Amino acid sequence: MSSIIRTDKLTFEYTRKDEENKVIDTVRAIDEVDLDIEKGDFIAVLGRNGSGKSTLAKHINALLYPSGGTIWVGGMDTKDDAHLWDIRQTAGMIFQNPDNQMVASVIEEDVGFGPENMGVPTEEIWKRVAHSLEAVGMTAYAKKSPNHLSGGQKQRIGIAGVLAMRPQCIVMDEPTAMLDPIGRREVIRTVHELNQNEHITVILITHYMEEAVDADHVFVMEHGKVKLSGTPKEVFSRVEELKRLNMSVPQVTELAYELKKSGVDLPDGILKIEELTEALCHLS
Amino acid sequence: MLKDMTLGQYYPVDSMVHRLDPRTKLAGTLLYIISLFITNNVVGYAIAFLFLCLCIGLSHVPPKYIIKGLKPVLVLMFISIFFNLFFIKGEPVLFSWKFITITQPGLRQAILMAVRLVFLISGSALMTYTTTPTALTDGMEKGLGFLKIFKVPVHEIAMMMSIALRFIPILAEEADKIQKAQTARGAVFDEGNVIQRAKALVPLLVPLFISAFRRATDLAMAMEARCYHGGDGRTKMHPLKYGRNDMLVYAAFLMYLALVFISRKISIGL
Repeated sequence: MSSIIRTDKLTFEYTRKDEENKVIDTVRAIDEVDLDIEKGDFIAVLGRNGSGKSTLAKHINALLYPSGGTIWVGGMDTKDDAHLWDIRQTAGMIFQNPDNQMVASVIEEDVGFGPENMGVPTEEIWKRVAHSLEAVGMTAYAKKSPNHLSGGQKQRIGIAGVLAMRPQCIVMDEPTAMLDPIGRREVIRTVHELNQNEHITVILITHYMEEAVDADHVFVMEHGKVKLSGTPKEVFSRVEELKRLNMSVPQVTELAYELKKSGVDLPDGILKIEELTEALCHLS
Repeated sequence: MLKDMTLGQYYPVDSMVHRLDPRTKLAGTLLYIISLFITNNVVGYAIAFLFLCLCIGLSHVPPKYIIKGLKPVLVLMFISIFFNLFFIKGEPVLFSWKFITITQPGLRQAILMAVRLVFLISGSALMTYTTTPTALTDGMEKGLGFLKIFKVPVHEIAMMMSIALRFIPILAEEADKIQKAQTARGAVFDEGNVIQRAKALVPLLVPLFISAFRRATDLAMAMEARCYHGGDGRTKMHPLKYGRNDMLVYAAFLMYLALVFISRKISIGL
């Protein structure tokens, strides 16, 4: 498998200025991060607010440029302006607020916005729009206005809009932060389906641990650095370290961890309720 | 309060007028307005009236709707009638009492101006009733495309209009929320005189503007992420194409204009 996104000592600094335009301090939002993400993977990036995870996401889409180091998306260096539109087509992006990323007043037109910008011929746009809406299960709403949809549905339209650009990778910057639990489940399920059926690489940035459980690989970020990295099992079995980073672990994992501490013989890294019941049943 | 506001007031039925290319309807409306300023006698107005009736009939929009659309301009109409009626001097004088005089030319002008205004509003209302806002912006973008030679950012203006239309309901909802939040903290919006009420709007408008700017930043980034880079090299989901009906309508409009011109020569003494 080849890599789709690779970073080499990726660094991003921004300066904060006071009212007289004097530099107060320089903040390193991303601090020499080395990543290698394989095609077709489902990646979860976890971290608290201000850990640099959103900044990282914007680098993948060339919305921000590194102040140090390099990032390659699909083999293209984002600093090379000639590839700007190719990069944005390769790596689609979903943002937190579903309302603020919709352009048109009719759903199918919004989904077609990306391909229109790319100069795709009209008939091809319609084909892509139909396919994308089907992939997210929103075909019935094609002619409707986005104003009457739930948050989860709006976010799925957003995903369809990115999908219509035929990306290899979708970067999602806290796509579920503004949704209710049902909408959250809807969106995460949709993304998993896309990952499996269309083999699209997914980079899910979130602070909900539960959403990271089914990922292929998890990165935990803190102060612009990747602190922990590995499969969900590996990462979540390090409960102590996660707690030191002020991060919670999924409830079941926490329970299993506490049980183990009090002397119950359980394996490390239990992520799901079924796993815990299974393990508990095998005890006696 | 803001939620009830509908812009464009599209009347969704299927008719030959609804299916016309938006450019045809825009050009038609413009020609119709011009024709109203060419006419100078009753015959011309009669022709304009018949033509308007024909268009309304073809559009399947109930005439009741058109009349309802005239309400907001009633004030303007009365002002126009008032000035024409009392301030145009001439002979013969029909009525005179102290400083008020009504002359025949004044009366004639007042009536014709009012009729002209009614026709003008009805004609342009018919266009908004039969054209969706999206089609309208599309039509303007393509129909006014020639202005690009004069460095008018036609595509950008059209994009701004369609985004504004998209965000009107969202911002209206937000205004509602802010109003409730401020009311909960003791702000009063519906008491006092005009100036007090205007002042009360400040705590509503300031947060609304800040939020709108934040949304604009987000939207700009989302649009860039989806490869938006202006109108160059952009394709369309709904490319505009003139059909047979459009040509017929253009021909009808030319004939109508010719008739209006001829009507200027006819005089039946009114």
